[in-house]
Amino acid sequence: MENFSFDVDSDGIALITWDMPDRTMNVLSASSMAEIREWIGTVIGDEKIKGAVLTSGKAAFCAGADLGEMEGNASEAGGGGEESAEDKTRRAFDNAYAFNKLLRELETCGKPIVAAINGLAMGGGLEVTLACHYRVVADNDRIQLGLPEAKVGLLPGGGGTQRLPRLIGMAGALPLILEGKSLNPAKAQKAGIVHKVVPGDQIVAEAKRWIKEEGDAQQPWDKKGYKIPGGGPHDKGSQGTFVVGNAMLRANTYGNYPAQRFIMSCVYEGCQVPIEAGLRIESRYFVKLLGMPESKNMIRSLFLSSQELGKGARRPQGEPESDVKKMGILGAGMMGAGIAYVSAMAGIECVLIDRDQESADKGKDYSVKLLDKAISRGKMKEEKKEQVLSLITPTTDYEQLKGSDLIVEAVFEDRDIKADVTAKAEAVIADTAVFGSNTSTLPITGLATKSSRPDNFIGIHYFSPVDKMPLVEIIMGEKTSASALAKSLDYVKKIRKTPIVVNDSRGFYTSRCFGTYVQEGIHMLSEGIKPALIENAGKMTGMPVPPLAMNDEVSLDLAYHVQKQTKEDLGDKFEETPGTQLIEKMVVDLGRLGRKNGKGFYEYPSDGKKFIWPGLGDLVEESADQPDVDELKKRFMYRQAIEAARCFEEEVVTDVRDADVGAIMGWGFAPYTGGPISLIDTVGTKRFVEECDRLAQKYGPRFAPNALLREMAEKGETFYARFNPHKQAA
Amino acid sequence: MAEAYIYDHVRTPRGKGKASGSLHEVTPIELGTQVLEALRDRNELDTSKVDDVVFGCVSPVGEQGGDITRIAVLNADYAETTAGVQINRFCASGLEATNMAAAKVMSGEADMTIGGGIESMSRVPMGSDGGPWASNPEAAFKTYFTPQGIGADLIATKHGFSRDDVDAYAIESQKRAANAWEKGYFKNSIVPVKDQIGLTLLDHDEHMRPDTTMQSLGSLDPSFSVLGETAGFDAVALQRYPEVEAINHVHHAGNSSGIVDGSAGILLGNKEVGEAAGLKPRARIRAMASIGSEPSIMLTGPEFVAQKCLNRAGMTKDDIDLWELNEAFASVVMRFMQAHDLDHEKVNVNGGAIAMGHPLGATGAMILGTVLDELERRDQKTAMALLCVGAGMGTATIIERV
Repeated sequence: MENFSFDVDSDGIALITWDMPDRTMNVLSASSMAEIREWIGTVIGDEKIKGAVLTSGKAAFCAGADLGEMEGNASEAGGGGEESAEDKTRRAFDNAYAFNKLLRELETCGKPIVAAINGLAMGGGLEVTLACHYRVVADNDRIQLGLPEAKVGLLPGGGGTQRLPRLIGMAGALPLILEGKSLNPAKAQKAGIVHKVVPGDQIVAEAKRWIKEEGDAQQPWDKKGYKIPGGGPHDKGSQGTFVVGNAMLRANTYGNYPAQRFIMSCVYEGCQVPIEAGLRIESRYFVKLLGMPESKNMIRSLFLSSQELGKGARRPQGEPESDVKKMGILGAGMMGAGIAYVSAMAGIECVLIDRDQESADKGKDYSVKLLDKAISRGKMKEEKKEQVLSLITPTTDYEQLKGSDLIVEAVFEDRDIKADVTAKAEAVIADTAVFGSNTSTLPITGLATKSSRPDNFIGIHYFSPVDKMPLVEIIMGEKTSASALAKSLDYVKKIRKTPIVVNDSRGFYTSRCFGTYVQEGIHMLSEGIKPALIENAGKMTGMPVPPLAMNDEVSLDLAYHVQKQTKEDLGDKFEETPGTQLIEKMVVDLGRLGRKNGKGFYEYPSDGKKFIWPGLGDLVEESADQPDVDELKKRFMYRQAIEAARCFEEEVVTDVRDADVGAIMGWGFAPYTGGPISLIDTVGTKRFVEECDRLAQKYGPRFAPNALLREMAEKGETFYARFNPHKQAA
Repeated sequence: MAEAYIYDHVRTPRGKGKASGSLHEVTPIELGTQVLEALRDRNELDTSKVDDVVFGCVSPVGEQGGDITRIAVLNADYAETTAGVQINRFCASGLEATNMAAAKVMSGEADMTIGGGIESMSRVPMGSDGGPWASNPEAAFKTYFTPQGIGADLIATKHGFSRDDVDAYAIESQKRAANAWEKGYFKNSIVPVKDQIGLTLLDHDEHMRPDTTMQSLGSLDPSFSVLGETAGFDAVALQRYPEVEAINHVHHAGNSSGIVDGSAGILLGNKEVGEAAGLKPRARIRAMASIGSEPSIMLTGPEFVAQKCLNRAGMTKDDIDLWELNEAFASVVMRFMQAHDLDHEKVNVNGGAIAMGHPLGATGAMILGTVLDELERRDQKTAMALLCVGAGMGTATIIERV
């Protein structure tokens, strides 16, 4: 065996240590599963062996399935061309069920097996331990135990949906599985998932003690008279688990996430039958799920691509590693304050500059608030707070920027103000320091003309609130150098965010595409579609906030301001629509600015929930013929997707991973789709173009397919094939 | 095909469906037994002529389980040859049972049958039988399962009935029921429930509140807002009806059907069996229908089943003298009248379940009997009885006096 070592002590207890060569973490690859089968055989066959302890030789116990390997299997559609659909399905089932069968063999091997969990055990890793008879875990708070599959569109396929509810009850198990929540050892013990927590160096000793002194080799669910804690799906007291659970799940997911739905069914159906049948049911749903585009797209974007981007997939080769130790932040408003916080948390010395000391101090206070909150929740110690705060210097003095490796400008979106602070900072910092602008609307190349060193000028676009949003959009100006890009990416990695790299354009990639979603809502409104229908359709697409509410949040006068600015910039090319007129009317004539003045598309009563402003009905006559909600959903999704496709043609984005991950992490584009580009590939470029032609005919040229799309549709190409990032790299 | 005639019908009074209700101490089969005894004794029936008894029962578990109809038949000392079957079409079970009993006669399977139903909601609470709809994740997801009260509130929201509108309807139901009781319109069909030593336990519908006012109703909190808002059901319903911004929760105990105990039976037969037994037919079954409708809003079936039933009878709504639609919730009846443009003066003229209660398995037979009595009293000819049904259905019957 190459993945496991196997030593039997004088008491006849085998210590099996999982330690995969050439890997930082143990994963459930095909080869480790084959070897698990091998050592189970040895444990059963060798009568000198009384029991076994399974532990890991790495810092983590096991990180779960090898999703890369799994994606490979999923995309390699079939074996031989002659295989019937039924045979293919059966083969898929056999593959999925093999792991369940293996773990069932483990727990029924007749000898006590203990998991000595020395580090993180996630997904399949935790499932292996659940098939052991006793679980002892090291008392390290950082150890995470959980079944995170649902987060990437999967379900635990190694018995997790069967053993966890049988162990701790359905009501306790379901939220953990549905939300993919992980627990630290203390919480896992409290929940009943692990039996004992002991100091890390004693886990094996405790495991051996249990085998010698207790050593019950039968799982609770294999004992006579076993009942699921809290009862099965139809027992008194637990009906609500599903009646309410089903409703809550639909309420929260809009039926867009098959994984969660199937998890419910696995638990509901599986907990009414013996565990063997339950494991078969789980494997069937697992196969069904893998056949759906949602799981494939979610694994790719939410796991594989985001991980690749996080590890520096877009970093130019040959540039030396850099490390930002000191940085300057210009503008201590909400964005600047957030940037200072995340940077100081990463150990970077921050000079936070504003026009007056009071404003600068206020920017630092933001960090104080966040740190106090973390402390009150027991997530941070007081010393750490002091240490972080000591790194932030609020000031009005540009001289203090001396020695900075990086400047991030986050002042008001006004070219003159930006030019002014750029000049002031560049007068102090080294020529090699990178100057980043956190603009979300103004093209970088234009801003760079006011810089004395445009090669070191770059866009570093954070999302609000900075401490929560995981994405940073890096924008290359015309003259931005590879070295400036590499340094910026190194910084983003240091603050533990995921970067995407795009080229310059109005609104860059994320703001530009996201804008189309809110604008489409206004278009619909101006067509006389019921506001409630528009808003519900928006929610049902899986976007986090419906379009009219979103307009209110960012404020209508801002939309009006951008509209006016764009009109000035574009002149005759600007497309006046009923939508732009509607915004003008709301802002200029009616003074309805959005949430900030308590009246926008919604009314905001001080004593209750917001509701759609009834006056909208007088502003636009409601059409007698209301469209189907599916048509509206399609408009929202396709409108954003076609903008993303245009960004590809214009080379604003050049990497499918940037496009998809950026959309999901940046503006909350419906995660179950895998992103707008995955959406187009899933629909198929041919069908997508046909649909867009139809939509353009009906609703306007904003839906018209671009040349690239038409060409791809003709050739039957997908984005992930044509712009395959792995092929490019090779 | 044979004609199916109604020869007689009886019902128990409706007892409050809780431990303090007068019928709580009576077993469910005893309720059915006394109905069967009354039909036999009033008509001096040779029960060996009764081929089959079909009773509806919606929670057929525990002491209502295991084909309660057959056990009630035996308990009522009917001939051993009289068969019995229990069926379940949720709220329309009593009418569906009557339709099936009539269909047996029409098809020639039987000469004489009894349709009806039993429900002791105080002893076997609603929902005791479980079922897959709400709990099975696949089924619940596919159909946007929402509890019926939220469907009723959604109907009110969608079709513009305010809290005042539904409350006003409820008060009218109370007034009409009180008036009918006072004037003895139900007298001929009520079989008082007797105890073990033959003393009367209940001889009137005890759920009624004739003194109900807009003010007294106004003080009641809506029944389904907490459930709708905290358990996700409102959101589920809005995903099915996205044109609605928010559900206006208007229903409460005072404008919804009451939870009660009771039983009813309708004696049916072909022409010959009636003549041989010396019975006089009171009405014939003119048409029957059931239909499925959108399950999430659940309670809009009456609108569609009424049209279907009219079509099967070759009639139009103007041919119907009286309508009897179960008052599951005020909005159900209001929407029905709105959809078919009906005059309230022809609908539920003696009140309904909001005042008198809705013993799930029996109600359909009760309202069919009630409307027949009223046709006779008014000397009118044709009536339709119908109910909205769980999971999105409707069941209807048209009768015609002979």
